[in-house]
Amino acid sequence: MTMTKSYIAKSVESMRPSGIRKFFDLAATMEGVVSLGVGEPDFVTSWSIREAAISSLESGFTSYTANAGLIELRREISHYMSSRFHVNYSPQDEIIITNGASQALDIAIRAITDPGDEIIVVEPCFVSYAPLVELAGGKAVTIGTTGETGFKLQPEQLEAVITPKTKAILLCYPNNPTGTQLDTADLQLIADIVKKYDLLVIADEIYAELAYDKDHTSIATLDGMRERTILINGFSKAFAMTGWRLGFTCAPEDISSAMLKIHQYAMMCASTPAQYAAVEALQHGMADVESMKKDYRRRRNYLVQSLNEIGLDCHLPGGAFYVFPSIQSTGLTSEQFAEQLLLEEKVAVVPGSVFGEGGEGYIRCSYASSMSQLQEAIKRIGLFIEKRNMNEVALEK
Amino acid sequence: MKLNEKEVEILEILQKDARFEAADIAKMIGLAEAAVVEMIRRLEEEKVIVHYATLVDWAKMDNYTGVTAMIDVKVTPKRGVGFNEVAERIYRFKEVSSVYLMSGVYDLSVTVEGKSMNEIARFVSEKLSTLDSVVSTTTHFQLKKYKHDGMIYTSNKQDHRIVVSP
Repeated sequence: MTMTKSYIAKSVESMRPSGIRKFFDLAATMEGVVSLGVGEPDFVTSWSIREAAISSLESGFTSYTANAGLIELRREISHYMSSRFHVNYSPQDEIIITNGASQALDIAIRAITDPGDEIIVVEPCFVSYAPLVELAGGKAVTIGTTGETGFKLQPEQLEAVITPKTKAILLCYPNNPTGTQLDTADLQLIADIVKKYDLLVIADEIYAELAYDKDHTSIATLDGMRERTILINGFSKAFAMTGWRLGFTCAPEDISSAMLKIHQYAMMCASTPAQYAAVEALQHGMADVESMKKDYRRRRNYLVQSLNEIGLDCHLPGGAFYVFPSIQSTGLTSEQFAEQLLLEEKVAVVPGSVFGEGGEGYIRCSYASSMSQLQEAIKRIGLFIEKRNMNEVALEK
Repeated sequence: MKLNEKEVEILEILQKDARFEAADIAKMIGLAEAAVVEMIRRLEEEKVIVHYATLVDWAKMDNYTGVTAMIDVKVTPKRGVGFNEVAERIYRFKEVSSVYLMSGVYDLSVTVEGKSMNEIARFVSEKLSTLDSVVSTTTHFQLKKYKHDGMIYTSNKQDHRIVVSP
């Protein structure tokens, strides 16, 4: 018998595929591409961390761990979060090890979203936030930040979209794709509104370790915010462990136990060898993190100044490994810019528009690439801009 | 000599890759190019930057016969000048590429480069062990260079990452 109807869930059918996909498909077919489009470190995981995973396999540690993860690792995380970011979470019942920060986001959103609940998503942002909210039956209400404010969320923007159905706000600082960091004063204004309207915060702090000019402040450290915050973090960015898929949540006990219910049915537990590797990362990996940070910082400085010099307006972001220059001077949309740049000069960047509201007119350039790659990319982008300027002059004549 | 933060950064950058240009270093550490040029000049003058050289993998060359030996040397230090005098007597030979004073069972670690094993053997027996203060030598020949000055010689470093990712 033939199938007569679509069996795909409507919520999934209505999802748009990620805008990044298109560029990946195009760039993947080309040779000699210099990519500033990569959202992961160019470093390979430190050998001592890899070695710890190998040794755990040799020792035969291949079974499940506790749902929430190895208690040894949760203790290390508890200690790390307290010493690095001044937040205190009990390893027993307030920390869950997840399959990447991505899964941490998923269980956080699902644990708090009832059908019709509104979750505020601050854009431009990582591509998965709104789709995850919609999959959980909630409604993603977006706010677009702008280049004029350095892509910092403005309190009045936040207050304007709050309704009785608003449940939570999803924040990501240091931000992907803008690199923007919020300092304590910025966060305080947001925290005041969150408390005023009795909301929760899901704080995606995956880039917390990669803050170059001043240390990251977690919103959970602000007065009265710990009980309203779900912290998301992981090993991917700081420890260059993207492929290991290891993240974690820190949240008050009631929310943690709700998230753990989802986690135990959906995932059982995170990968065991990855968890052993992460123990080593936290115990002995911080020196490598510092050394990678040093490199990122220099590359950021180089990239921002070079982009400004070749005519792309670019602010100096405080963290992550992205810069977000404006391409408005070229008169192109960010998608046109990215596509033409890829085809003509073979440089891959990501159009800001794929990151949602406020991203149009900008491109995301990742500096998780060697200095020589960045130098080559700058040369090529410079050429690309120069050609357009010359065309403009020709047209005026 | 007291170095400031920026000078240390310049040294770290040049130590990894001496071919970075002052203009790019200036951007990386947030200084004007002229300031970086001046700092590098001073570091060279003060011999903090000793030399710029190139790491060569001679093993890539067909019929290359050169050999490197690391020699553990026990010496009797002299009153007043300690190990310095004998170290100087050793490092003056042009075939000696490095000399370190070591803790442990021997005193000087001497690296010698030669065109052949014979040449090194001759150097050790005729020049090195005949020095007054040298008590004994143990010669180790290098068979293969895997990693030197932080660089892996056999590495075929590839970027395995997908070209564009969120």
